[in-house]
Amino acid sequence: MSTLVIENVCKNYGDVKSVRGVTLNVQPGERVALLGHNGAGKTTLMRMILGLTPASSGKITVLGSAPGSRHARTSIGFLPENVAFHGALTARELLRHFARLKGANNKSVDDLLERVGLSHAMNRKIRTYSKGMRQRVGLAQALLGKPMLALLDEPTSGLDPISRHEFYDLVDDLAQGGTAVLLSSHALTELESRTDRVAIMSAGRLVADAPLPELRTIAHLPIRLHVKTAAVDADTIAAKLGGTRMNGQSINLTCQQDEKMALLAKIMALGATVEDVEMRAASLEELYRYYSTEHVQ
Amino acid sequence: MTSILSVTRLELLIARRNMWVATSIILMALFTTVLTLAGGAPSGTLGVEPLTLAVTSITTLSVYLVPLIGLLLSFDAIVGETERGTLALSLTYPLSRGEILLGKFVAHFLVLAVAIGVGLGITVALSIWQAGTTDMNYLPVLKLFATAMALGAAFLGIGYLVSALVRQTGVASGIVIIVWLVCVVLYDLGLLGALVADNGGTFTKLVFPWLLVANPADAFRLINMPTENLAVLSSGIGAAAGASDTLQQLLSLLLWPVLALFLAWLAFRKVEP
Repeated sequence: MSTLVIENVCKNYGDVKSVRGVTLNVQPGERVALLGHNGAGKTTLMRMILGLTPASSGKITVLGSAPGSRHARTSIGFLPENVAFHGALTARELLRHFARLKGANNKSVDDLLERVGLSHAMNRKIRTYSKGMRQRVGLAQALLGKPMLALLDEPTSGLDPISRHEFYDLVDDLAQGGTAVLLSSHALTELESRTDRVAIMSAGRLVADAPLPELRTIAHLPIRLHVKTAAVDADTIAAKLGGTRMNGQSINLTCQQDEKMALLAKIMALGATVEDVEMRAASLEELYRYYSTEHVQ
Repeated sequence: MTSILSVTRLELLIARRNMWVATSIILMALFTTVLTLAGGAPSGTLGVEPLTLAVTSITTLSVYLVPLIGLLLSFDAIVGETERGTLALSLTYPLSRGEILLGKFVAHFLVLAVAIGVGLGITVALSIWQAGTTDMNYLPVLKLFATAMALGAAFLGIGYLVSALVRQTGVASGIVIIVWLVCVVLYDLGLLGALVADNGGTFTKLVFPWLLVANPADAFRLINMPTENLAVLSSGIGAAAGASDTLQQLLSLLLWPVLALFLAWLAFRKVEP
């Protein structure tokens, strides 16, 4: 059974259609990245999954229960965008409160604070925390009580590169334990290797929903090759291969997936004049740009 | 139940650190001390028992102070959380809005109880110090405590209601000040004006007694007046104490907190964080 099922869900605020007919499933242990511009409808979709706002039409179920029901709420760990806490409380007091609500014990609170690297500051008031530290408190509360579904809205904003890396390790652990993870982010490069599937929203619609390699095939974006030549005759080689010369020694080429092997063979046939070949498939950033803009128009 | 207590615990921590507890206690303690010490002056050495006298003065004071403290504790409760963005996260936990409201109410009610309790405790202690324990009647103090708590609870509920209806903390604070002014000052002035204009007609006989107890502040004032003479001394409108009976006053004081909390809950249910 899918942990999260979203079927043809719409959300209208008056005349504004924030979410239009989105269908999306997340399986246990799956890490799904939800991408989209600001205002694409990601946060609205998350709010509907949480039961904070009702869907105008369509159906959402969390482990078979309606959004906002006690069962659904007990099963979800949520990290909101721009997470905020009452500054007069310490991280430990706040997390113990949340743990009581979720039926988790105090030991798990201390363990989690340790895991997010806050054990040294857990008895300090949150108002003295930096933005990154608050974000870690947010992460810790989202992981309380081993949720079956983790909804993480911009989870790495405010985190430094090392903390981001540690955060994705936490997400991996969570997914390995069977938790379905739906996370939104603008930091596309860091998502590339850390998610199983990519869902892209644009103007309220879901315009893509597939694993990265599949998205590449569908988008039909060219593969880029960078050929470094040893000799001075870069122009001749460029003419032979059909690419453009970058500088004295390098040539840039593009080809489609099905032409790749033939092109590589042609390059290899040039022998020692070719020093090195770099090959790069379309990045998530390029795919995102393709799906969220060009594809729609 | 665990959820409600957990919210209460958190709110008590916040109230303690926001200095609301300290402010409420200092306010009550300061005024009750002054009134108890100064209250004995007019009665002289042969006057009424000091505790009864102090209760009269403190009743008049509490009519102003208890609603004010109640509103100050509660006006920020919901709108403040919406503004800070902490409500949305709370609502994603298995916790109903009723539980959040009740948890906050219990915490603020306890803060009120401590403030009023300390204030009245000081009064009793000072009275014993002045006149000894003989002939001391403690019942009016207990009645004052219980009814002040009911009055405070009513205004806590009204504060939550305002807090759930508006979108900005600043607006909520403005509205509760107006509510306070209307309930403890303007309402009585309006009734007095109407009485004078009516000159003993139907309004005075039929409508006025109901309107008088309909305001929890007036019901509180009336129920704690020991004798009609003293009532005249403390408030012009108090002279009308005979216009309504104790049962009506008690009902008003008990129904207001329930009604206000219920309305606050209804309004809170419609809040989209």
